[in-house]
Amino acid sequence: MAAAEKSPATDARDKAGPAVRVASLSPARRAWLRFRRNRLGYWSLLAFCTLLLLSLFAEVISNDRPLMVRYEGKTYFPMVKEYSERTFGGDFETATDYLDPFIRERLARPGNWALFAPNPYGPKTLNYFASEPNPSPPTRANLLGTDDRGRDMLAQLIYGFRVSVLFALALTATGVLLGVLAGALQGFFGGRTDLAFQRFIEVWGSMPELYLLIIFSAIFSPSLILLLLLLSLFGWMGLSDYVRAEFLRNRQLDYVRAARALGVGNWQIITRHVLPNSLTPVVTFLPFRMSGAILALTSLDFLGLGVPPGTPSLGELLSQGKNNIDAWWISISTFVVLVLTLLLLTFMGDALRDALDPRKADQDPAHDAKAAA
Amino acid sequence: MKLLEVRGLRVAFDGKEVVKGIDFSIARGEKLALVGESGSGKTVTALSLLRLAMNARCSGAANFERDGASTDLLAIPEQEMRAIRGQDIAMIFQEPMTALNPLFTIGEQIAEVLQLKQGLDAARCAGATVALLQSTGIAEAVRRAKSFPHQLSGGQRQRAMIAMALACKPKLLLADEPTTALDVTVRAQILELLADLQKEYGMAVLMITHDLNLVRKFADRVAVMEDGHIVEHGPVAEVFASAQHTYTRKLIDSRPVRNVVEAIAGADAPARLMDAEAIGVSYPVSLPGLRGWFGKGAFVAVRDASFSIAAGQTLGVIGESGSGKSTLALAALGLQAFTGALELDGQRWGSGAASDKALRRSVQVVFQDPFSSLSPRMTVEEIVGEGLLVHRPGLDASMRQQSVLQILGEVGLEELQFPNLLSRYPHEFSGGQRQRIAIARALIVSPQLLVLDEPTSALDVTIQKQVLDLLQRLQRERGLGYLLITHDVDVIRAMAHQVLVMKDGAIVEAGDVRAVLDAPQHAYTRTLVAAGS
Repeated sequence: MAAAEKSPATDARDKAGPAVRVASLSPARRAWLRFRRNRLGYWSLLAFCTLLLLSLFAEVISNDRPLMVRYEGKTYFPMVKEYSERTFGGDFETATDYLDPFIRERLARPGNWALFAPNPYGPKTLNYFASEPNPSPPTRANLLGTDDRGRDMLAQLIYGFRVSVLFALALTATGVLLGVLAGALQGFFGGRTDLAFQRFIEVWGSMPELYLLIIFSAIFSPSLILLLLLLSLFGWMGLSDYVRAEFLRNRQLDYVRAARALGVGNWQIITRHVLPNSLTPVVTFLPFRMSGAILALTSLDFLGLGVPPGTPSLGELLSQGKNNIDAWWISISTFVVLVLTLLLLTFMGDALRDALDPRKADQDPAHDAKAAA
Repeated sequence: MKLLEVRGLRVAFDGKEVVKGIDFSIARGEKLALVGESGSGKTVTALSLLRLAMNARCSGAANFERDGASTDLLAIPEQEMRAIRGQDIAMIFQEPMTALNPLFTIGEQIAEVLQLKQGLDAARCAGATVALLQSTGIAEAVRRAKSFPHQLSGGQRQRAMIAMALACKPKLLLADEPTTALDVTVRAQILELLADLQKEYGMAVLMITHDLNLVRKFADRVAVMEDGHIVEHGPVAEVFASAQHTYTRKLIDSRPVRNVVEAIAGADAPARLMDAEAIGVSYPVSLPGLRGWFGKGAFVAVRDASFSIAAGQTLGVIGESGSGKSTLALAALGLQAFTGALELDGQRWGSGAASDKALRRSVQVVFQDPFSSLSPRMTVEEIVGEGLLVHRPGLDASMRQQSVLQILGEVGLEELQFPNLLSRYPHEFSGGQRQRIAIARALIVSPQLLVLDEPTSALDVTIQKQVLDLLQRLQRERGLGYLLITHDVDVIRAMAHQVLVMKDGAIVEAGDVRAVLDAPQHAYTRTLVAAGS
């Protein structure tokens, strides 16, 4: 019996393991360390986050209103507040056009100054004072040229990127929420619930999405919210299948049975036991879903079914590039932005898939920790 | 001259050595057993002889005598190796279901070997295949040759695997745990078959196993492997009689020991915890053909089972896979709908949520597989403390932590040995330690009855003994009643007071453990007892 009391020592076949390692890494943390080992994916994540962060501050980077104006002893903040032209000695009550040579001249008088964003154009600003006809090739005033309406390409791309990525984030979030919920219900309860849901998905999935979009864009005035709503109605089905399969597998494992034997309720079992162990496909597909959402918005915009006119959008720029095939700066710069975004997302997705691969998860975590350090 | 002579074999994966320089040899017609626990490198040794170990770096020499000349199996080109595989050295695997291709009939799979290795034409192949199947004792060999693997029983599949391995009359057969996946009664038959065929063909056998009973019955010589080294080898009788190495002795002594408070009859008999009367469980199954359109059939998993368990005593349930013993355990836990009456402490399952919750507290469970029974994404504290959240919601976090630590100490896991024990994840523990955590999770709500569903069958023999010792101690200290499900007669002998023998969902024999095991009445019990000892 004495042996039994002391047994854990002999029990530990991998004696070196638990005794030496002090820090305990959760599975999620180990996956993160594996993700970081993939340099391409890690740097893609950093680059993507930087770009996203920069685009969130697009108003400071690219804006037709000055960030701050000092005029005749008073300070104005046109970026956040609208001032009429008469404030700056103009003739009209209308909002000031700070690119107007007249206003510029007033602001340049001694004692007055204006702090412009690095790229002094907003997404809708028409450059009435361009030296070249629209679309104008890259000049000193418009670094990437203008589109066929005279809007600055750089501003268009910055704001278009932001709209695309935010839209994709929102679409991914709703899709994941709906997909996980639907998959969890089907997988956990199984049986008739599963059967009914599966048939519903089959019916729902056979609806012609594009026609619905066309019909809806004819009935309602197009807006990003409407688009988000329509696309998320159909975007959850692929994911719910994966979550359902994971739930079906996990719900009959012994630790779920043990929890049932303890009297843990269904909701607790789902959230504490099954869900955390079923999220691998969800996380793996996140970047790919985002690139899918960006592409969806871009192609709808390209067809003219997407965002309302005037919203900066990569798809609309692509279609302009197609219409003005000799204006290479439109198509090439849009193309570069789009490819870069999708590439970064794909690299991240690859790294994530490797990090969550169960076949690689068995590798020695001590080795992982060393590699990360 | 030896048939196979291995010198200084080392096998490494990713720079991590799992076989650390071993020497052994096999003479013609000799039966050598390679014994060790999981992770000792015995399977890798066999696979590396055929160079089937993936991504392994092998060094050393393995001289195989072939056509009077000696070839180094580790050095010859792949082309030559391929000629040896199946022709001179064949292998049978542990799990015949995964070793056979489910898309081909077993006849086709055996014929493939004959075509490839002996160049027989289709007609002669078919004849030879049937003859081979007959020699492995498969009834109706002609019909069985046209069967797919899933249409055969486990024993028949293993026979088909053996027929396939013996198709070319190899000089050496590598048998990797050939009986582990089979039921005990079938095990004995397969072992007998292997011994007969070995004599008939005069081939040498390298038997890889963890089962010392099997070694004793089958092998001429034995090599004991621990952690990549062969620590002892010699003739079987000699090694068993006077083991030199401590590890060998530990293996031999790993047979579970009975150390329980014996049952008292009469007026002092302890209170009964569970009374089951005519328990039946059946599943709906779809019927074939047109009948399936109109109704469902019923598969009876457990039929008319009556038993009772007393406090501080163990009711052992023994039977083969598919005999319904695990279903019976689920029914006792109230996790499976059943017919009949099951009284636990005078109460029944399903008479309201509150009483069910109270019942859950008094009956808990420990499962077989320590890897799937702990959620990989929860810490030890979360796993063990979960029962407190449900049954004692009044406890605050620090009190909960206290009771978790206390119960972990009781199952032999101390903070001293495992720093940060509470915040560790299951992957940091070995199989035996995980099973201790599972026991702690069950004990923390202070149950009266513990359902043990094959608690040790996924563990190595030495660990199995430790876990059984722990269970026996807990029973003595806490007066727990156990419902012990197992297929292992040794475990029953060590643990149980009463025993039920189940076959095909029915209880064929029941009674006091000594009476049943020493003087079995039913023929099935007799084969079980004979096969297990």
